Amino acid sequence: MTEIEIGTPPPDLAQEQLLAMYRRMRLIRGFENTAQRYFESGELSGFLHLSQGQEAVPVGTCAALRRDDYITSTHRGHGDVLAKGCEVQYMFAELYGRTTGYCKGKGGSMHIADFSQGIIGANGIVSGGLPMITGVGLSIKMRGTDQVAVCFFGDGATAEGGFHEALNLASLWQIPVIFVCQNNLYGLSNPWGRTAYDCDLSQRARSYHMPGECVDGMDAIAVYRSLKTAVDRARAGGGPSFVEANTYRFLGHYVGDPGLYMPKQEREEWRQKDAILKLGQQLRTWGYLTEEEDAQMAAEIEAELQAGIEYARSSPIPAPEEALTDLYIHFDYLGNPLPAENDHA
Amino acid sequence: MREITYRDALKEALTEEMERDERVFLLGEDIADPFGSAYKVTLGLSPIFGTDRVIQTPISEQGFAGAAVGAAITGLRPVVEFMYIDFTTMAMDQIANQAAKIRYMSGGQAKVPVVFRTQGGPGRSSAAQHAQSLEAWFHHLPGLLVAMPATPYDAKGLLKTAIRLDDPVMFIEQKLLYNMTGPVPEEPYTLPFGVADVKRKGTDCTVVATSMAVVKALRAAELLEQEGIQIEVIDPRTLFPLDIDTIAESVIKTSRLVVTHEAPERGGFAAEVIAQVSDKAFGYIDAPPQRVCAPSVPPPFARNMEDFIMIDEHKIADRVRKLVRSEI
Repeated sequence: MTEIEIGTPPPDLAQEQLLAMYRRMRLIRGFENTAQRYFESGELSGFLHLSQGQEAVPVGTCAALRRDDYITSTHRGHGDVLAKGCEVQYMFAELYGRTTGYCKGKGGSMHIADFSQGIIGANGIVSGGLPMITGVGLSIKMRGTDQVAVCFFGDGATAEGGFHEALNLASLWQIPVIFVCQNNLYGLSNPWGRTAYDCDLSQRARSYHMPGECVDGMDAIAVYRSLKTAVDRARAGGGPSFVEANTYRFLGHYVGDPGLYMPKQEREEWRQKDAILKLGQQLRTWGYLTEEEDAQMAAEIEAELQAGIEYARSSPIPAPEEALTDLYIHFDYLGNPLPAENDHA
Repeated sequence: MREITYRDALKEALTEEMERDERVFLLGEDIADPFGSAYKVTLGLSPIFGTDRVIQTPISEQGFAGAAVGAAITGLRPVVEFMYIDFTTMAMDQIANQAAKIRYMSGGQAKVPVVFRTQGGPGRSSAAQHAQSLEAWFHHLPGLLVAMPATPYDAKGLLKTAIRLDDPVMFIEQKLLYNMTGPVPEEPYTLPFGVADVKRKGTDCTVVATSMAVVKALRAAELLEQEGIQIEVIDPRTLFPLDIDTIAESVIKTSRLVVTHEAPERGGFAAEVIAQVSDKAFGYIDAPPQRVCAPSVPPPFARNMEDFIMIDEHKIADRVRKLVRSEI
């Protein structure tokens, strides 16, 4: 096993903040392990794209955000939305297709959204959130608030046209947007090295005249620091930034994909860099967390997850006809006018 | 009543709505002065509202369509201009997968008050990538509203409504309509979506027409009147929501139906109208409902070939004549 570099306690993050980040990472890992279990047992349907291994990126990022800041996410978005503030019971309810889910069962795993805390949608289309985030930044600028908008996307999205259009517009408009690339080395099965001739993404950012930084995505503290700088700059009117977080998807593309294209040795090496193990060891070494407290936290998380599963299972199944609702504000799906109270604005 | 062009009617709608609501802003290619957009609808607006609200974008359809969606779901009311409807293909993910679906996917959380203005249609030798009529694509997509005004009055009233609605609207203009004039009151007004307009009363045959086809159907009505045939010309004005009741009532009265549009026939809007009329008024139809549309080929360049594929008043009148004389 490779030695984990412990370092010294960071002066810019309080003990409670670090413990909260550690807890959130474990919650995300637990959520996905649990979802995987119930998916494999046949209780959950659809697609399940898991992000085990990547937890430090969303948690480090969202630790630098406020509740009223925005994020967009991807098909592999459980970690992103949980890091921003989603609760596991409503997440599970959505995965179970229940009325109590974040999207009342209409979105599922790939489309979790909670507009009340700036989670304006995970997205099933690779790069789908990138052009949209420029409009969020434009909206912040036009409304004159000091919010920021973070766009999470994977390495695969960097080969899409929408990626380039979004970076260009964000740079042109100098809007408060941070592009966070979770480079997990695979776009489904296509390895990062076969995505572009020059795979240095910070260089790509510089070509759009925005600060670009490459950060260890297996280190939540490093991610936080990188994002804090970018977020502070954006809030102060300094325009967009780009952060490439190097991380790894421990599992295949989705549940059911054994990931045969990921070399065994590579997988083992990345497993040893597990950001959760690292932060746990750091917290214990620094005296922020005892073994007992660590075990206690694990038990609490397990209880929260089980309660979440029970909540989802016992939640109402939507009437099938609910499929015909929530399409328009002013009309039903046939085009008949709806009363104005349907407007959530 | 004063007469103004379709172009100026649209410009008035944009101006009035931007004055009324500071959340309304425009974005698109070449829309700021001095160019003022390809068909000059936005000419003169950037000096009034500034380039922060008349945002001229680079040639980046996916980028600015996405920007509009992102702005709409976070509290603004963008009005996008796609210079040609053919160029919406470059932005189709943002229109079809994002704007049309965010509200539904999020279980009704999002509202997406965005208007995608664009123009289509043949008639200027613009060839296959600048003259298409793609309304059927958008009409087919759950989550979008689709408006296709044919007159200056309808253009102004419907655009003002489109901007005020909280649902995404595909607002499709026609390049040959911009210079046409018609009565438009000086006082502000809006027109509802989902209410058809009977452009001409008649008893012998119902002709449902959209956009430029309305102009041609009304010309056909003049030709047919000389032969003693009175057609009723109905413009649904919005394809979705569709006022099928007005159309069905007319067919019950006339017992004959022709639907005409400039778009290719196969899979087009006309087929939908005929299907819905069949549901509502099958027993009242005395002859096979007819479609007068373009053949399903791309718009060709050469004038004579383009004329060949385009609908016109003679093609509409011929079909009505045959229908009324029971030759079909």
